[in-house]
Amino acid sequence: MQAAERAPITALRADPVLVRISGAFKHFPISGFGGLAVRAVDGVDLEIRRGETLGLVGESGCGKSTLARLVTALLPVTAGSIVFDGQDITRLRGTKLRRVRRKMQIIFQDPFASLDPRMTVGDILQEPLDNFSIGTVRERRKRVQELLRLVGLNPNFTNRYPHEFSGGQRQRIGIARALAVNPSFIVCDEAVSALDVSIAAQIINLLQDLQREFNLTYLFIAHDLAVVRHLSDRIAVMYLGKVVETADRNDIYDRPQHPYTKALLSSIPVPDPAVEKERAPINLKGEIPSPVNPPSGCRFHPRCPIARVPGVCSEVEPPLEPHGAKDQAAACHFAGQF
Amino acid sequence: MALPVAANIEDLSAWEVSEKQIGLWSDALQRFRRNRLAIAGAVLIAILVLIAFGSPLLVHLGILHDPIKQNVDYIESGPGQNGFSIGSDELGRDTLSRLMYGSQVSLAVGILVQAIILPIGLLVGLTAGYFGGRIDNLLMRFTDIWYAFPDLLFVLVVVSVFHPSLLTIFGAISLVNWVGLARLVRGQVLSIKEKEFVEAARSSGSSPAKLILKHLLPNSLGPIIVTLTFGIPNAIFLEAVLSFLGVGIQPPTPTWGQMVFDGYEAIYANPTSVVFPALAIGFTLLAFTFVGDGLRDALDPRMRR
Ligand SMILES: Nc1ncnc2c1ncn2[C@@H]1O[C@H](COP(=O)(O)OP(=O)(O)O)[C@@H](O)[C@H]1O
Ligand code: SF4
Ligand SMILES: [Mg+2]
Repeated sequence: MQAAERAPITALRADPVLVRISGAFKHFPISGFGGLAVRAVDGVDLEIRRGETLGLVGESGCGKSTLARLVTALLPVTAGSIVFDGQDITRLRGTKLRRVRRKMQIIFQDPFASLDPRMTVGDILQEPLDNFSIGTVRERRKRVQELLRLVGLNPNFTNRYPHEFSGGQRQRIGIARALAVNPSFIVCDEAVSALDVSIAAQIINLLQDLQREFNLTYLFIAHDLAVVRHLSDRIAVMYLGKVVETADRNDIYDRPQHPYTKALLSSIPVPDPAVEKERAPINLKGEIPSPVNPPSGCRFHPRCPIARVPGVCSEVEPPLEPHGAKDQAAACHFAGQF
Repeated sequence: MALPVAANIEDLSAWEVSEKQIGLWSDALQRFRRNRLAIAGAVLIAILVLIAFGSPLLVHLGILHDPIKQNVDYIESGPGQNGFSIGSDELGRDTLSRLMYGSQVSLAVGILVQAIILPIGLLVGLTAGYFGGRIDNLLMRFTDIWYAFPDLLFVLVVVSVFHPSLLTIFGAISLVNWVGLARLVRGQVLSIKEKEFVEAARSSGSSPAKLILKHLLPNSLGPIIVTLTFGIPNAIFLEAVLSFLGVGIQPPTPTWGQMVFDGYEAIYANPTSVVFPALAIGFTLLAFTFVGDGLRDALDPRMRR
């Protein structure tokens, strides 16, 4: 059984892409409003390469968490496919799905909601080991202590409850749980957004150390570009259920091609006071439109500072196409022209 | 299954956690203890349980009159008369003894009904909440209809159709009460299953059975206990009303509702045989309600500092 399954995977080892999201949609129907739906993820194509950290940014409500749940098979897609390590996971169920779950894990934003308040830390960390029958019961206990040490927590606190820990410590417990099954891919859904700056920095360092140690691939989600800057290799920017720009980290910061990316960048304070004085934040007009009924054409057009309306921007939806640097793509009719 | 340990992760500040360990239940117990009314209620219930179990012994020892022994010579005695400490009823039975024995039926009804509805409410609530969709719709429409029916009317109909016995009365009261529990459990499950710790458990390979038993159920336990506690006075009251209406547990078994009904006609001549059982009902209802309140506050995680 093992050999038969392993064959195609070894053949695909050469594939630098670990996760391939193609035409992914997730619509949440609004009950009682015949046919209407929240189009949380509305046609996303994205690749996550082995060993890299892909930063995913976008304003709150643009569909980042929903995409994270699609990628980790916690939610079924409405349409499209998600291929993980050469295997389409969108239609997996039962044992096959469980086997894939072992390779990908997720860390959540809220360190208070992500740990079961009724379980001890030891039980929380042992649950994944039990689920996959990893080692003997004794070995699992030892492993739990190793995991705690690994994330910088006292290994003797296995019989403590989550409420006895601080936010940063809880987030470490969440990381330890994700590591328990030795995954190759971890989604960090705003894993540091709820933490103080100094605690967040510690957690980011921890995540980077772990990545080096265990060859992890990260999808690192944040709602602004400042956080993802130093740990991402590549960055994808999302707006209203779609990816509007992807590029290598430096290219996105130095030469953004999409006006939305540019606006996001302009709102990051710069540490150098001279540069900071020059910084002119681009204030986007109006509110984020409802994902139930996104604007026609380019869905950014009502807020875009360079939109041509009426005209191509409000009529034709721009595809995500190569623009700017190598490996950079933007969904804009006038990419880079600002 | 050795795990390489990253040596460079040495962040000792993260090791500190308060010295004293705070368990979940001991924390709740502490908060319950601070609630005076709840403690008073708990004490009263303890006394009631003692009385329920102790009365037969007292009768056996000859300290207490037999609650069903009639004495036509001494009917409607006042307190202290003819050797009846708080009087006798229209058949010359000792009011104190009947009052003490009456606690047996009330406690049994209150607690057994909860024991019957617990598995039903859990099963229906967990199924509806966890699986959602069509099963949920069906179950909830069903409980809606059930809910719309007045409790007392329903119990009266059931009890009059099937002869009033212990079984039909407990059964009928359970039938009207399980719906509330099922809805509560469903609501709990619906809100908890969206929580990130349940998603995390799912992502680490936990089966639906494990999700339900290890995460959803333990996290609904507080509200379930509270609902059951509030259900006790509710059932006691329904039974008392049934007995008062003459379709409750049949004589000569002493029940408080029946005592109020029997003494009602002679309320002016012999008030004690109405007042005491009425007070017993009132205080028992209050005791359970106070305990329920105390439990709700103690078990609510939001109350934790
Ligand atoms: N389970 C759900 N049911 C209905 N709507 C949802 C659900 N989850 C998310 N949404 C909606 O989808 C949109 C995207 O949400 P989310 O993915 O959480 O965004 P983000 O993580 O970027 O803040 C929001 O409008 C949100 O209200
Ligand atoms: S396509 Fe038009 S509206 Fe959309 S981002 Fe580009 S310029 Fe702005
Ligand atoms: Mg989110």
